[in-house]
Amino acid sequence: MSQISEQEILDCIEKMPAFPKSVSKIIELTSSMDSSAKDIIAVIEGDPVMTGKILQVMNSAFYSLPTKITSIHRALVIIGLNTIKNLAISIAVIGVLRPYKEPHFDSDLFFSDYFIAGLLHDFGTIVFTEFKAEEFEHALAESSINKSSLYLAETKYLGMNHAQVSQILALKWGLSEVIAESIACHHQNVPNNLLSSCIFTANQIAKQAQLGNSGNPVIEILSAEQIAIFGVPFNELIEELGDISLIKETVHHFIGT
Amino acid sequence: MKFKFWGTRGSIPIPGEKTIKYGGNTTCIEIITNDDDLIILDTGTGIHALAQDLLQHMPIKAHILITHTHWDHIQGLPFCTPIYIPGNEFIIYGGKDVITNMGIERALQVQLQQAFFPIAENNLKAKVSYKNVVPNEQFVIAGATITPVILNHPVINFGYRVDCDGKSLFFTGDYEQQFNIYEPEDTEYSEFQAMIDLSVDSLVDLIQGVDALIMDSSFTAEEYTQKKGWGHSSYDAAIELAKRANVKQLFLTHHEPTRTDANLDQIYTELLKNYPDLGFELHIAQEKLEITL
Repeated sequence: MSQISEQEILDCIEKMPAFPKSVSKIIELTSSMDSSAKDIIAVIEGDPVMTGKILQVMNSAFYSLPTKITSIHRALVIIGLNTIKNLAISIAVIGVLRPYKEPHFDSDLFFSDYFIAGLLHDFGTIVFTEFKAEEFEHALAESSINKSSLYLAETKYLGMNHAQVSQILALKWGLSEVIAESIACHHQNVPNNLLSSCIFTANQIAKQAQLGNSGNPVIEILSAEQIAIFGVPFNELIEELGDISLIKETVHHFIGT
Repeated sequence: MKFKFWGTRGSIPIPGEKTIKYGGNTTCIEIITNDDDLIILDTGTGIHALAQDLLQHMPIKAHILITHTHWDHIQGLPFCTPIYIPGNEFIIYGGKDVITNMGIERALQVQLQQAFFPIAENNLKAKVSYKNVVPNEQFVIAGATITPVILNHPVINFGYRVDCDGKSLFFTGDYEQQFNIYEPEDTEYSEFQAMIDLSVDSLVDLIQGVDALIMDSSFTAEEYTQKKGWGHSSYDAAIELAKRANVKQLFLTHHEPTRTDANLDQIYTELLKNYPDLGFELHIAQEKLEITL
């Protein structure tokens, strides 16, 4: 089995195109003078590649911004809708932007940090699917047969798991260390990492509610610390959420399934 | 430090009998420091007349700060005669284009393509160099400290604060404060508004107490409702910003192309009536108007 190196991941990500559905939607929306800013932003935010690449530009040395830009909304306030639109079109049409220098800033948590972390935390699996399909198939099969967590099988077959790949991607795209670190450890119980605990718990909720499992059907147990964060055990947390059919519908609509 | 308007019009030059008082040339502002150093803000068609003036003072060294690369802010550059004369020096500052990653040299190179202009770039006999500015990164030219800041417009646009000889001015270039794209009932509304407020607060901090604020103010409040998102401010938005920043003087510029001298006189009268207690001097920018700070 070939092990994947960090450089190989970075090379793969550079080649990664935006998702075809959002590409066509962006072209459609930006062709019309009447498209609302809300709609355009929603499509961009729904595409992790496009989002990541725009944030990478915003967090490049060129802008030298005092705080790291972690959401498309913040980018919009700074450079305006037209430039965001043009960046999105470039990404949609050309696929990649010219390389920008790495950023070095950090920021506090915003609501949007949760959104971005949620959006990107499993992105590493897409990198595997795209560029290391055979090894990833083996990992998926082993995880399925043994009813074991996928990330462990990934480490065995690829030398790295999708959370680590997602972390590399997040840093490459100029997201904050906080987001990247939370993504990296979203399968572990890391003390005092609220964002990571949220991703971990949301993952288990998604699997329990059959919203999707990213190839990893095992529902993992919340740690005592994670239970303390939410104030109730997992089953009560699910109960408190109540009817999530509307959320389910929204998610499916959002990802176009 | 003193400054002089050579172009005050937005979008397109408007020559003719109805624009004699306020001028028909597009954006160009000359700054002269107490040491007689020359800084030029934007190179709209107004730079042609400035260049004729500069021919009397050669050799010249000019620092040109470009706010953004829309035509009305760069189209006079190939007509700045001293740029073709050996012995003169031009240093052109501006932002990188985020889409192409190209520097401000593009502003001149694009215009000097043979299909658009008869003189090629290699015929520029003056010494011409380019410098990319980085948002919020101060630099010093000719004894003046320049602070560039990105301001919302449909293309990357820099506002420049110039501090020199104990005086200060801020020029917005073209600017419209970002508005909330969400409705108050949308969940994103509050967070997005907070981001906007933060951004405006930081602009207010940057321009606090400047001796002169020169601001894009193209529209009346009524017109603005139809032109939201075009990237330009209203007179009222300019006054509001000037008030918050406690500026000493406000100059309204980038006059809308259809605006006649009579229209601008009337607008000025109405603004003074609507804002009786401004707390600063209000001016409509006028070609050849020279202000000593």
